[in-house]
Amino acid sequence: MSSSAALRYDYHHRAATRAAVGTSFLSNGSDSSAGSPGSHPLNGQTMTGSQILLRAIEAEGVDVIFGYPGGAVIGIYDEMHRLDLGFEHILVRHEQGGTHAAEGYAKATGKVGTVLVTSGPGATNCVTGIADAYLDSIPLVVFTGQVPTHLIGNDAFQECDTVGITRSITNHNYLVRDINDLARVVKEAYYIARTGRPGPVVVDLPKDMLAATAQFEYPDEVNIRGYSFPTQGDTAAVEQAAEMIARAEKPLLYVGGGTVSSGAGPKLTAFARRTRIPVTTTLHGIGAFPEEDELSLGMLGMHGTWYANQAVQNADLLIAVGARFDDRVTGKIAEWAPNAEIIHIDIDAACISKNVPANCSIQGDAFHVLDQLDPLVEPKDTESWMRQIAEWKKTCPLECPDDEFLRPQNVIKALREKTNGHAIVVTDVGQNQMWAAQFFSYVEPRSHITSGGLGTMGFSVPAAIGAAFGLRNARRMDPSAQTPDLPVISINGDGGFLMNAQELVVAAAHGIPLKVVILNNGHLGMVRQWQELFHEERYSHTDLESTNPDFVALAEAYHCVGLRCSHPSDIKKTIDEAWEVTDRPAVMEFRVVKEEMVFPMVPAGAASDQMITSRGNLRDVA
Amino acid sequence: MLTDQQIFRRRAAGQPVFEDEREKNHQHMITLRLENTIGALNRVINMFSQRGFNLTSVSVGETNEPGISRMTLVTTGTDRIIAQVVKQLDNLIDTLSVDDVTEAPHVQRELCLVKVAADASNRSVLTGISDIFRGRVVNITTETMTFEVSGPPAKINGFIGMMDEYTILEVARSGRIAMRRKMEFEEDAE
Ligand SMILES: Cc1ncc(C[n+]2csc(CCOP(=O)(O)OP(=O)(O)O)c2C)c(N)n1
Ligand SMILES: [Mg+2]
Repeated sequence: MSSSAALRYDYHHRAATRAAVGTSFLSNGSDSSAGSPGSHPLNGQTMTGSQILLRAIEAEGVDVIFGYPGGAVIGIYDEMHRLDLGFEHILVRHEQGGTHAAEGYAKATGKVGTVLVTSGPGATNCVTGIADAYLDSIPLVVFTGQVPTHLIGNDAFQECDTVGITRSITNHNYLVRDINDLARVVKEAYYIARTGRPGPVVVDLPKDMLAATAQFEYPDEVNIRGYSFPTQGDTAAVEQAAEMIARAEKPLLYVGGGTVSSGAGPKLTAFARRTRIPVTTTLHGIGAFPEEDELSLGMLGMHGTWYANQAVQNADLLIAVGARFDDRVTGKIAEWAPNAEIIHIDIDAACISKNVPANCSIQGDAFHVLDQLDPLVEPKDTESWMRQIAEWKKTCPLECPDDEFLRPQNVIKALREKTNGHAIVVTDVGQNQMWAAQFFSYVEPRSHITSGGLGTMGFSVPAAIGAAFGLRNARRMDPSAQTPDLPVISINGDGGFLMNAQELVVAAAHGIPLKVVILNNGHLGMVRQWQELFHEERYSHTDLESTNPDFVALAEAYHCVGLRCSHPSDIKKTIDEAWEVTDRPAVMEFRVVKEEMVFPMVPAGAASDQMITSRGNLRDVA
Repeated sequence: MLTDQQIFRRRAAGQPVFEDEREKNHQHMITLRLENTIGALNRVINMFSQRGFNLTSVSVGETNEPGISRMTLVTTGTDRIIAQVVKQLDNLIDTLSVDDVTEAPHVQRELCLVKVAADASNRSVLTGISDIFRGRVVNITTETMTFEVSGPPAKINGFIGMMDEYTILEVARSGRIAMRRKMEFEEDAE
């Protein structure tokens, strides 16, 4: 199995460049962007299924895969050991961690994340990560081992119906039943994962398919006749949108994750600044528009800013860009944005008008639709609208007292100060997630990574590791060395941290200087908050305080540096110390006050302007 | 007075605004052209349960196009839900085309087999009924007769209703299949 290394790297480089450009801008289920003459140099060689798989992954420009071996995929691991491949394999410590790492990698780089696991428990351990990627539209390809074809359905050892289990949480999935399909299936899987509305694709690989041999024929083009997606929006609809914007007096851009994933952040920013239209983002839209800008209203929705929700309730036009009107955003939908007409730009037709009907629907890629829209929109006079917004900002700002208590919000603010916003912040789920969203003031796309749709505790540590690998490789592959060396910060609660803490050994093994923060409030804080607010302070099973491990000792056991901070005056010192560590992760445990709550808050099912802004204060300004 | 948006919002939240055809559940016939691969059928059926849509009847079979099967689905919902059903069907990678033929002039048929207890005393009566429904006797034994009827569902129901006066032993229905009377482009041209 030898090929000219130079040839291989040339092909690999081309593929990598292509992948780095992001989405292919061709529409109709075909991708002919493979370089000319386009044939893979190894085409025609006889290979085993394992070899075909690895060469096909390599040809996709993949630089890292996250995996865990086992009986069904031992042949693939054997070939990985023997072959000189253009990507590295990172051995995670739990398959769920592997999927989250691949998600973090994909979110940080815009490329497809790759996972390889064994059959049965290997596959089922991936289910949470796959579901997470599905709800958050993150491009992943997950390769799962499967029992040999003749044993499928026999309840064989480590058999499970992987395609059945993952059917409703993938954009598509494959069970490879003919080795001659394998190379094509791999190419299609990556194509489906990254184009249109991105998402996870599962490829299930029976063991006999991996052992069989066939000629390697890596196709140059993808041709899936049932798959198409528009990139450009319909011209008439775009013109209608421009007219609606021209008419509006209180327009508001409502920006979601589709803006970030399509790479439209800078375009959106330029558009908003030129037209003077204020911007609010969803949890996943964070970073698409710099939050320091006076046009920024921060995040909207359940734990969004009070002023963003006020603006939504008073706007006469909402321009939704790559957002999906999730219930965490709208609250009581019947009373949401009662005065607004809606323009909805989204790549997924099924998303448009799903929850809130749009007056103007534009199916297309945010990147391209903004290009189309921009020249049709004149700068607007939004001065009185902006004045109103400025007043709202003064009425109920996001703030946190600087006092003798170690408050989690102040830890986030200190991290912001340390990095000036130039960092990748990967959060877990719960109160820590909301404080990280509220108090960091993000300035760049892809600088904020979180599990929004599924809300998966245990996401942060592995996703941060994946993001760090993505950045490291991007720097290695960047000949001009333009890719900045951003710190990757993992923000955790004391509950969620324990769900995938084992992955720290992976970061330590590779010398990744992650900055891991544990906001230790001794509780399942977010659940405790609901118990305090809505369940008459019956703190059922949310107290972790007496049973939590010694986090510093745990960090040290995982070959990381462990630091503890119990006093607000030590926040900065602790962070500085962590930043001194450059050869392994530094884990900072902050013993924060347990009573702190996330405010403001729209109680579940309430209208967006019915926000609780502090303990015992339900502000109702309609 | 509610604004247009408020009306939309109420509807989206499933709250009635005023009696309106669009807010009522209607039955729709949707035809699909589908990759004839393992799993494709599963994906379609699964999508209905995953997203909580109704599914009344399904029929599927091969077509003249190699590798493509055709499916007819009967589902009920408000206009908004049906629009969502169509979009989600279209999003499936295996789906080649989706067509809601409900409003268009179309033919729909269902095939039904009915086995009835029969002996010399009532064979001719049963055959007489079947003739009226343009049915056929497809099998006969000393104790049973099996009839084949096809047509729109109302006709099948009528036939089964008539046979119910005797002793029905078994009924098998194929589920509906449907087809536009004209091609879509012909209608567009009109
Ligand atoms: C896997 C998983 N299980 C349960 C939940 C429900 N849940 C949401 S937030 C939360 C509490 C998280 O506690 P912790 O990690 O300490 O974070 P905090 O809210 O205290 O910052 C729980 C249990 C979840 N989101 N994910
Ligand atoms: Mg906690």
